Amino acid sequence: MNDLIVKVITKMLFPFIMVYGFYVMLHGHLSPGGGFSGGAIIGGGFVLFTLVFGLAKAEALLPHRYLKYVESGGLLFYMGIGLFGLFTTGYFLSNQSAGFYMGEAFTLFSSGMILYITFAIGLKVASTMITLFRYIIDEEYDHD
Amino acid sequence: MIESILEHINYIGAMALFIIGLYTVLTHNNLLKRVIGINIMETAVFLFFVSIGYVEGARAPIVLENGETLFVNPIPSALILTGIVVAVSITAYSLSLIVKLYQHHQTLDMSEIMAAQSEDRS
Amino acid sequence: MSKKLLVGVLAVLFIILVVAVLQMPTIGSKDHPAYNQTAQYYVDNAMRDTNSPNIITAIITDYRAFDTLGETTVLFTSIAAVASILVASGHKEDNHE
Repeated sequence: MNDLIVKVITKMLFPFIMVYGFYVMLHGHLSPGGGFSGGAIIGGGFVLFTLVFGLAKAEALLPHRYLKYVESGGLLFYMGIGLFGLFTTGYFLSNQSAGFYMGEAFTLFSSGMILYITFAIGLKVASTMITLFRYIIDEEYDHD
Repeated sequence: MIESILEHINYIGAMALFIIGLYTVLTHNNLLKRVIGINIMETAVFLFFVSIGYVEGARAPIVLENGETLFVNPIPSALILTGIVVAVSITAYSLSLIVKLYQHHQTLDMSEIMAAQSEDRS
Repeated sequence: MSKKLLVGVLAVLFIILVVAVLQMPTIGSKDHPAYNQTAQYYVDNAMRDTNSPNIITAIITDYRAFDTLGETTVLFTSIAAVASILVASGHKEDNHE
C-alpha cells in the first residue's frame, strides 16, 4: 500500500495489538476470552501488517521456517499434556489428579493445565490464520 | 399472538436470517456471493443455538466474589465455539477452490464455467 | 416467472419454520429442558474442581478437553487441504494467459 498515513498508524499500533492479544490469551481463566479470541487477535495483527507492508517485509518479520514448527508444535504440545496425564494416573487429559500446580483462585498461575492448554490453542489459531492468508494472496512467495 | 411473537423474537430472527442466506445461495450467479450466503446461514444456526441457553435476570457465567448463584446456561456457548472454527475452515477451503477455478477459466460466473465444462466433456 | 416461484416457496418455508419455533418455551424461562442436571453440576462445582472463575473455559479445557483436541485437529486439516490445492499443483504457473 502506498499511503503514508496508513503505514505510520500501523507501525505505531502493531505492538499494542500484540500485547492486547497476549493479555486476552493468558487471562483466559479469569475473564472472558481464552485461547480462541486471543489467537484470533494476534493472527489479525499479523494479517494487518502483511496487508499494509507487503509480503517481503512480513516474511522478514516472521519467516516460514519458524512458522512451520509453531503450527505443528501447538498440536503436539496439546497431546503431550494429555499423555502426561495418561502416564501419571490412568486417564487421558486429567487435571487435578495428575499433579499439575493448582494454586489459589483468582491469580494468574493457578488451575493446573488450563494455562498450558489455552496457550497451545492460541498459538495454533494464530498460526492458522497467518498461514492461510499467506497461501491465498498471490505474490512472489518461495516455499522452502 | 403478538406477545407470542415478541417472546420468541430471537428464534424468528434466526429463521429469517436462514431464509435470506438460502435465497442468496440459490439466486446469484457469482461464486463469491454464494460463499457469503453460506456464511449467513451458518450465523443463523449459531444465533439459534446460543439463544437457547438464556435465563431471565441472570449473569454471565463468571464467578465473582460476592456470591451470586444465578448464571446463564454455559453448555450451548461452549459447544458453539467448536462450530465457529469449523465454519471458518469450510470458508477457507471453498475460497481456495475459487482461486483455482479463476486461474483456469478467467471468470467468476457460474453459468459460464458450467458451459465451458460441459463443452470440454462433449 | 421462476423467480416469483422461488420467492413463493421460500415464503411457505418461512411460515412453516416460524410455526414450528413458536411451540418452544419462551426465551429466558427458568424451567427450560436444556437446563438439566449436567449444567447445574457445572455451575455449582467448577470453582471447586478447577480453581478458575470462568466456567466456560473450565468446560472446554477441563471437563470436555477431548472435544477441543478434535477441533484443533480440524484447524490443522484445513491448512493441509488448502495447501494441497494451492501449493502442490502449481500456484503460479500461468499468469500470462
